[in-house]
Amino acid sequence: MADLVAQTLLEKFPEAVSLAPDFRDEEAVCVTRESIIQVLRFLYSNPDTEYTLLEDICGADYPGREDRFEVVYQLYSLKTGGHVRLKVGLQEEDPTLPTAIGIYKAADWFEREAFDQYGIRFEGHPNLRRVLNHEDFVGHPLRKDYPIKKRQKLTRPTNLGWEEGQSRGNGDGSEQTGEEPEWMTLNIGPAHPTMHGTLRILARLEGETILKAEPEIGYLHRGFEKTSEALTYQQVIPLTDRLNYCSAMMNNVGYCRAVEKLLGIEVSKRVQYIRVIVSELSRIIDHLVCIAANLVDIGALTPYWYCFRERENVYELLEALCGSRLTTSYTRIGGLSHDLPDGWVDKCREYIRDRIPRAIEETETLITKNRIFVDRTSGVGAISADEALNWGFTGPCLRASGVPFDVRKANPYYDYDKFDFDIPVGSNGDTYDRYLVRMEEMRQSLRIIEQALDGLPEGPISVEDRRVSLPEKDAVYTKFGPLVQHTKLIVDGIVPPEGEVYSVTEAANGVLGFYIVSDGTKRPYRIKVRPPCFAIFQALPQLVEGSMIADLIAIVGSLNIIAGELDR
Amino acid sequence: MGIESSRILRNSPFVKPIDAILNWCREYSCWPYAFGTACCAIEFMAVAASHYDISRFGAEVIRFSPRQADLLVVSGTISEKMAPILKKIYDQICEPKWVMAHGACTCSGGIYDNYCTVQGIDTIIPVDVYVPGCPPTPEAFLDGLIKIQKIIEGESIRDPKYCGE
Repeated sequence: MADLVAQTLLEKFPEAVSLAPDFRDEEAVCVTRESIIQVLRFLYSNPDTEYTLLEDICGADYPGREDRFEVVYQLYSLKTGGHVRLKVGLQEEDPTLPTAIGIYKAADWFEREAFDQYGIRFEGHPNLRRVLNHEDFVGHPLRKDYPIKKRQKLTRPTNLGWEEGQSRGNGDGSEQTGEEPEWMTLNIGPAHPTMHGTLRILARLEGETILKAEPEIGYLHRGFEKTSEALTYQQVIPLTDRLNYCSAMMNNVGYCRAVEKLLGIEVSKRVQYIRVIVSELSRIIDHLVCIAANLVDIGALTPYWYCFRERENVYELLEALCGSRLTTSYTRIGGLSHDLPDGWVDKCREYIRDRIPRAIEETETLITKNRIFVDRTSGVGAISADEALNWGFTGPCLRASGVPFDVRKANPYYDYDKFDFDIPVGSNGDTYDRYLVRMEEMRQSLRIIEQALDGLPEGPISVEDRRVSLPEKDAVYTKFGPLVQHTKLIVDGIVPPEGEVYSVTEAANGVLGFYIVSDGTKRPYRIKVRPPCFAIFQALPQLVEGSMIADLIAIVGSLNIIAGELDR
Repeated sequence: MGIESSRILRNSPFVKPIDAILNWCREYSCWPYAFGTACCAIEFMAVAASHYDISRFGAEVIRFSPRQADLLVVSGTISEKMAPILKKIYDQICEPKWVMAHGACTCSGGIYDNYCTVQGIDTIIPVDVYVPGCPPTPEAFLDGLIKIQKIIEGESIRDPKYCGE
């Protein structure tokens, strides 16, 4: 199936499309900027392919090349289960190309990010302004010629121009004329309990009804991508912990899997199973935090205590595994930092059989049929399946709308196809469904862990590959070959071949993608994270339009926006 | 509290007992403002939750309004975009107030040293206690809280910050 798409594109657009270098069997084509919209529209609407999910748009900078900038589109087809990457080269003098918002609404913030970080202009974008950096920022930080430590101070809080009724960030340029109903602008966040300390929403209100809302993000932008370009591949792992810090393990796994794909290595079955176990444990605690925080926001404090008690138990397991509660850094490229400690499996079994189900049951009893909760969440913030897909939703939020898409089923990795588990889907796509889907996903994760523990194979926890794994200490002290290998790995680090990969895993919030470009040196040339909640949060204006302020609080909580991966 | 502004009390021989009573009250009833932005805020939630139970130290009344708090807990990386907001929140908290830098990022910038991160919140606001760690364990946080309490214990209404002199 895979090759078909590139072939079809070549036949259909012979002048505009050329094949990108073949690497790790990924489908990638180069497209001219004049025809990019045509190609996207063709891929989107062609019944054979139906690339309905735009996963990512990102920029890249290659100062030596004729076309200095590159814009990379990652598309996914739910029908065929295939990815395709489109690359558009742009010259330094004129880095402009047409916007894809007309086809994919998801393009909105991704294009703004490419503009912010690289200065690539998207013609026709309705609101092309900075998204991660502050408005007084000069230059584009991810360009290779921007010094990593060049800081730019902001002396006053960001002004979106809304307060004065200006048109910027508003779209329609409206001012109060006296004929329309009176509205007021309410600023919510970033220092607001529901906004997780880092989100900001400007809402235009008529009475208590939200006429229009605009989220502002970037308050936790901490330069993950620029920083990682200055590190070696192994050193990036601790940074990935801090993307989605509620489930750090899954980021570790996602990143290592991408680098392993780049290197072309396959980890042992034992490593795969352990990664599955820790990922699913992380999924559970992530959902627990999301549900607990959401409930606290809308006034139900009791379940928070129940959820956090069990969360502490899982932390105990993770701490035994890697010595740290939150920032795990447990995986290594090609394996794990160390094997499971003695007695861990039994302890884990006890937790997943007794304790965690108890927390789920207790929350279920308290909340699921609670009249107040149902009234406040049912029908609130609903989004249809098509709309959700078009906005780039993935994970529980997409499944709540009724699309049974889960990377673990659609493109199984790490033996997920051998485990018996179900994908819960909602029917209305509202806040209540998102809650139900998360509850059920925790149960399914327990099933997966149970099966993985039962089938946990013996084996090494690191691959036998000279490029990535350190030799045995005894051998280093006594033999010449291992000594050289050890020294080389420590000094040079891991050096993958030249090429680029895009690898996805199913994280707690949805599709977590890593796009890594290697130039054949020990440092990554470009790492782009495809954060699941970035795409979800940009749809907020649509979700909250016409609802009350109190609904907005419930909706934001149910989307599970984690600022670490949102702003990176 | 207003007592501090009384010149008569400040100059009276009863300063010591008044200090002792005031400090005892303040020490065991810190109202934290949770300025949580990142990973450390999750650990702060854990401290507040059932297992570690911050109420054992009298600081369980977590407020999200600077006007109702006296202990500013800054948990998580502060970016340049966030810096003016932190400053504003600090300015809005009434005296007496204390600041805890919770986590490596707030102490020094932590592992982030790049174009968008502030290298320690003490470049923006004064800090009383630094709690290192990435993120600090809940025990470390509670240790920091005890240190804040020790600072409060040593204060007097004759201190310049109360007299405004």
